[in-house]
Amino acid sequence: MRLLRIVPDDTKFDFMRFRRVSFPISAVLSIVAIALYFFHGLNFGIDFVGGTLIEVQSKVGPADLAKMRSKIEGLGLGEAQLQQFGAPTDVLIRIPQQAGGDEAQQAAVAKVRNALGDEVDYRRVEVVGGRISTEQMAKGTIGLMVAIMCILVYLWFRFEWQFALGAMIANVHDLVLTIGFMSLTQIDFDLTSIAALLTILGYSLNDTVVIYDRIREMLRRYKKMPMPDLLNISVNSTLSRSIITHVTVTLALLALFLFGPQAIHSFTATMMFGVVLVGTYTSVFIAAPILIYLGVGTSRLATEEEPKASPSPARTRA
Amino acid sequence: MLYISRGKAAAILLTALFVCLCAVPNFFPESVVQRWPGWAQRHIVLGLDLQGGSHILLEVDANDVRRQKVEGLREDVRRVLRDARVGITGQPVVRGNTVEVHIRESDLPQALTKLRELATPIGGLLGATTQRSVEVVDAGGGLVQLTVTDPAIVQRMRQVVDQSIEIINRRVNQIGTVEPLIQRQGTGRILVQVPGLQDPQRLKELLGKTAKLEFRMVDLSMPAEQALQGRPPPDSEILYGPEKEGRMPYLIEKRVLVSGGELTDAQPGFDQRTSEPIVQFRFNSSGARKFAQATQENVGRPFAIVLDNEVISAPVIREPILQGSGQISGSFTVQGANDLAVLLRAGALPAKLTIIEERTVGPGLGQDSIEKGKLAALVGSLMVVLFMFATYGLFGLFANIAVAINVAMIFGLLSLLGATLTLPGIAGIVLTVGIAVDSNVLIYERIREEVRNGRTPITAIDAGFTRALATIMDSNITTFIAAAVLFFIGTGAVQGFAVTLGIGIITTVFTAFTLTRLIVAYWVRWQRPQTVPI
Repeated sequence: MRLLRIVPDDTKFDFMRFRRVSFPISAVLSIVAIALYFFHGLNFGIDFVGGTLIEVQSKVGPADLAKMRSKIEGLGLGEAQLQQFGAPTDVLIRIPQQAGGDEAQQAAVAKVRNALGDEVDYRRVEVVGGRISTEQMAKGTIGLMVAIMCILVYLWFRFEWQFALGAMIANVHDLVLTIGFMSLTQIDFDLTSIAALLTILGYSLNDTVVIYDRIREMLRRYKKMPMPDLLNISVNSTLSRSIITHVTVTLALLALFLFGPQAIHSFTATMMFGVVLVGTYTSVFIAAPILIYLGVGTSRLATEEEPKASPSPARTRA
Repeated sequence: MLYISRGKAAAILLTALFVCLCAVPNFFPESVVQRWPGWAQRHIVLGLDLQGGSHILLEVDANDVRRQKVEGLREDVRRVLRDARVGITGQPVVRGNTVEVHIRESDLPQALTKLRELATPIGGLLGATTQRSVEVVDAGGGLVQLTVTDPAIVQRMRQVVDQSIEIINRRVNQIGTVEPLIQRQGTGRILVQVPGLQDPQRLKELLGKTAKLEFRMVDLSMPAEQALQGRPPPDSEILYGPEKEGRMPYLIEKRVLVSGGELTDAQPGFDQRTSEPIVQFRFNSSGARKFAQATQENVGRPFAIVLDNEVISAPVIREPILQGSGQISGSFTVQGANDLAVLLRAGALPAKLTIIEERTVGPGLGQDSIEKGKLAALVGSLMVVLFMFATYGLFGLFANIAVAINVAMIFGLLSLLGATLTLPGIAGIVLTVGIAVDSNVLIYERIREEVRNGRTPITAIDAGFTRALATIMDSNITTFIAAAVLFFIGTGAVQGFAVTLGIGIITTVFTAFTLTRLIVAYWVRWQRPQTVPI
């Protein structure tokens, strides 16, 4: 049987040359993403800003959005949003945080139930109060920071500090771009988005670590090879693995996106963007070449001597 | 790397088999599993988002607790000073957390000693601490300030939460649900999770009511309308009737004749004459005595039945009620009478509770999510399996076996831990399938490279494993850290994702280090390959 070879065995692509293109592109994209975040904003879900979310299913054929909208707008509950959610019978209703606090929120739910009556089935009701949402926002932000710190410390123990820093820059760049994507598409930003961001972080790092492991091995093996060549060989020799793994992860995510329940659509969409598009690009075009700028093996280029940043001998392989 | 001793191989296979077997109870109906021995019954719990149900987070009103505590202190001050026959000017007043009282100069030393007795030590974890429940300050000029300390309020909060949990337990059990979870969260919050609920609205109504029942006299000294315009007498207040009856105002005495705490029973029933739904109640002996005395003294006058500061009804006492039982009629629906009886039997909450978070999923949506999740998992796994086979042939098959065992082990570990499987959790498992094959990809790609570098098949396979395993360890730890952090910051559904992702990483590393190696090692021993077929 002939086996599938996505990447030919003798691939020798000069990735390092592209750093003069990829770095400016990434810088511009990151700035755009940050600008989007500040000027376009994220579509925060009720988890982070409070409010009510009701998913209803019409019992009598496709839901009449216009009729439902007029019924709910008449209740004076602020700017309610209605959108079709998956099947044509399903509607997602969002009601903003009520001024009167938690009790007013419960009262708002009761009003909506009264207005829509028995024509619909209440599939999901979520009410999040103001204080809870603030707490969750703080928790989510702190969680992301803590995760980044923990991973940084771990990488610092396992590699040289330049590697740890390089991996972090590359992957925070992933997060920034993903947040920019979420702002652009106005995907719901809720607790599962934090889960998606953390998974993207963990997963992109996974990819970066594989390449770094190889770079470290090469640094040890070829004491005199110039840094760009060494990085190129490392990236090329792990390229096949990177692509095959990304294909399998994409297949899994695609199945979730196409066949999974509506409730995790934004989650899988975010993951696809972060892991598949950004993660792969970053590991190859940012994480590896950034090591040159961080001073790994600079002495190689200049003096062709024993590299300053050779890996610590403390680490031995079984 | 390719040599694995018999003992080790047996240990690996037994571990994998044991963990996989732990998943077995999930595939049998509940009724069958219940007949098995206890240790074999552990199974995965479906999250509320999958089986339907309500997640409700309640918060004790800290202000309410503080107010009660300070009010209590004021009563204590009044009582202590009265018992000690200390003269005071005016009445003790409440200012924030402080009670202020003006004491006659000559009685001050005696009053201070007596008042200081109110400051009791607060028990900490290690017995008595130096902290006291009340701070007594002599502000000079006969003014004494007593302040309720923060630790005292915290302690009271804790008691309030404990009592509330007990009462909520009784209320929730009354509506006959299976396995409700009621637990403390932090200092002032209570989490209530009730799976598989048909009417979540009713649960909320039962949780949201304080159910403080009081029997008080109606003040007839002036009409309620007049009191509403002017100023009610100092010992009375205006309370309103139910909303559906147009919120009629009543002037009610503040003094409580008997409270709901003295009820021994409450049952829904029907009035014999009007056949309206009513609630019949019975007092305990002291309640009955107080009620008998009050009704004897006030024949012909109306009294009010007050529930959570709302006047349910205000009947006129026609004759003394001596046997300690009675009925409440207040234009109830059958359900309303039923719920009130439940609330009265369970007792009043010590403080007001507010619903600060609610997540309710209907059973239909949960079932849909499970089916769609299953479909996605099936399609996803199938695609990954086919792709792996197309890429690596026989070795792809090995990888697929490893992934299948991997997923079985995830279910096994989830069962062993009694973990909750949520919708994002299913996503986590599907994602793990995609990520788990990565360890095989790493190994196989490394073997390919070693072959290209001119090694013989067996040394190439050996070197491939040796080099790849270190990388697998390094690369999986980063995702594991992310999963761990997510587990600690997340709640409910998101935590479910963290659990499956984390467990998935553990099983992935396990299968890569043991099972895949074992399979390949046996294949090498059996086939003595001249070329590596990847």
